[in-house]
Amino acid sequence: MELTTEQILELKSICYAYHNMEGETRALADISFAMREGEFVAIVGPSGCGKSTLLSIIAGLIKPEKGLIKIGGKYLRESTTNIGYMLQHDQLFEWRTIYHNVILGLEIQHMLTTKTRAKAHELLDTYGLKQFENARPSELSGGMRQRAALVRTLVLEPDILLLDEPFSALDYQTRLRVGDDIGQIIKKEHKTAILVTHDLSEAISLADRVIILTSRPATIQQTLPLIFDLEQDTPLNRRNASEFKHYFNLIWKELNEND
Amino acid sequence: MTELSAEQKNFLHIQKRHRRVVGVSRILILLSFLFIWEFTANTGIIDSFIFSSPSKIALCFWELTLDKTIFLHIGVTLYETILSFLLVIGISILAAIALWFSRKLSEILDPYMVVLNSLPKSALAPLLIVWLGANRTTIIVAGMSVAIFGSILSLYSSFISVDPEKIKLIYTLQGTRFHAMTKVVLPSSLPAVINIMKVNIGLCLVGVIIGEFLAARNGLGYLIIYSSQVFKMDWLLLGIVLLCIMAMLLYTLISLLEKWCGKRY
Repeated sequence: MELTTEQILELKSICYAYHNMEGETRALADISFAMREGEFVAIVGPSGCGKSTLLSIIAGLIKPEKGLIKIGGKYLRESTTNIGYMLQHDQLFEWRTIYHNVILGLEIQHMLTTKTRAKAHELLDTYGLKQFENARPSELSGGMRQRAALVRTLVLEPDILLLDEPFSALDYQTRLRVGDDIGQIIKKEHKTAILVTHDLSEAISLADRVIILTSRPATIQQTLPLIFDLEQDTPLNRRNASEFKHYFNLIWKELNEND
Repeated sequence: MTELSAEQKNFLHIQKRHRRVVGVSRILILLSFLFIWEFTANTGIIDSFIFSSPSKIALCFWELTLDKTIFLHIGVTLYETILSFLLVIGISILAAIALWFSRKLSEILDPYMVVLNSLPKSALAPLLIVWLGANRTTIIVAGMSVAIFGSILSLYSSFISVDPEKIKLIYTLQGTRFHAMTKVVLPSSLPAVINIMKVNIGLCLVGVIIGEFLAARNGLGYLIIYSSQVFKMDWLLLGIVLLCIMAMLLYTLISLLEKWCGKRY
């Protein structure tokens, strides 16, 4: 893993533990990996192994106890790279309309201009939410809400997207469709993305590379590049490809070796 | 518009009848209460000197309206109640915000808040008279003292019960703790604010009446305590009836505010 200018994200021996009065819980131990620009990485692992913690560290919400993070070649604190974070639930605010939910980040970062407003409208239009701009979140279906949450993230033009099980709250059918949808949106916008999930088929259908974590304290057990020989490399086509089953069994075996 | 089915019509009919029964019963209770009161007072079953009667109270109201003193009493009590109510709401929102920003502060102050909240506030009124004098300030402070500690505590607990994931969202959008306050905590606590308003308007009225019992020259509380001392039961009961009406109107006003907020948010 050598450092090139292409590497947009680099993690070096990240360690993190949670502390309370009963003692400490080591969540992450010595996590190191790097990502190229435009790459889509999925992180899978046993539940409670610290996957979400890892995203929070990359987003700068919590500081690692050891190790360093470089984004765009700079340390996290000095980096100007924009990081977008999509949470497990859409967290749309019921007291705002969909449009006002979408511009929340712009509002907070004092970036509300005619140009960014137009961009918000345009993204809502592109992702089929135009007629719901003035609706309340409760009037939308789960899939539409998740798309609105994605627009709220994309309107800030992030260079790196962090996805924390963003589809897990959806029912199975919606989940396949929205996963397909959002996967293609991210590809089209050439975003670098990290997806944390416990759904192996979701990881395989979306990612260029899967990182398998061990149980707590999490270390990287294996990194598995996914190569599909498809004319149209979409998540749904991947699910029907012959390689899909192969990768699924491979990851399944790795995860079960853990126990 | 499609034709309603027979079952739907039947359902609507039953609902309508239900509402009518409720409405008519409410009015009937009031009217029969007034009638029995008036009747027993007139026939001497109860002593109308002690229990007064609806007609006497109405007459008394008319007399006081003619010499305009009743407007002074109502106006003073209303002014004191509304002022102490607004001060309570303002101060408790600011205090709850301060407690939310500093977990240390809230933990340090917690036992004091609990003690002050459970203290019977009427015990403070004599103290306030000595400190502040027998004037309007004392009455307004007495009104506030009844409501303020409870409303700070309940506002603060609604502030800290906001979904932590919603606050995390603010941080993922590079917001600060200040943004978490203004964009999440305050808007999502609007129902809680309306609720403490509903409770506080009644409590402030209680405090103001306690204050007026002890330190006033006018106001409905003064009217009640004065008339009991000179045994003018008509005046006393008139004061109570007017308090009932005032409490009802103030509560209705806040319900209207709630509806208006519900439409906007």
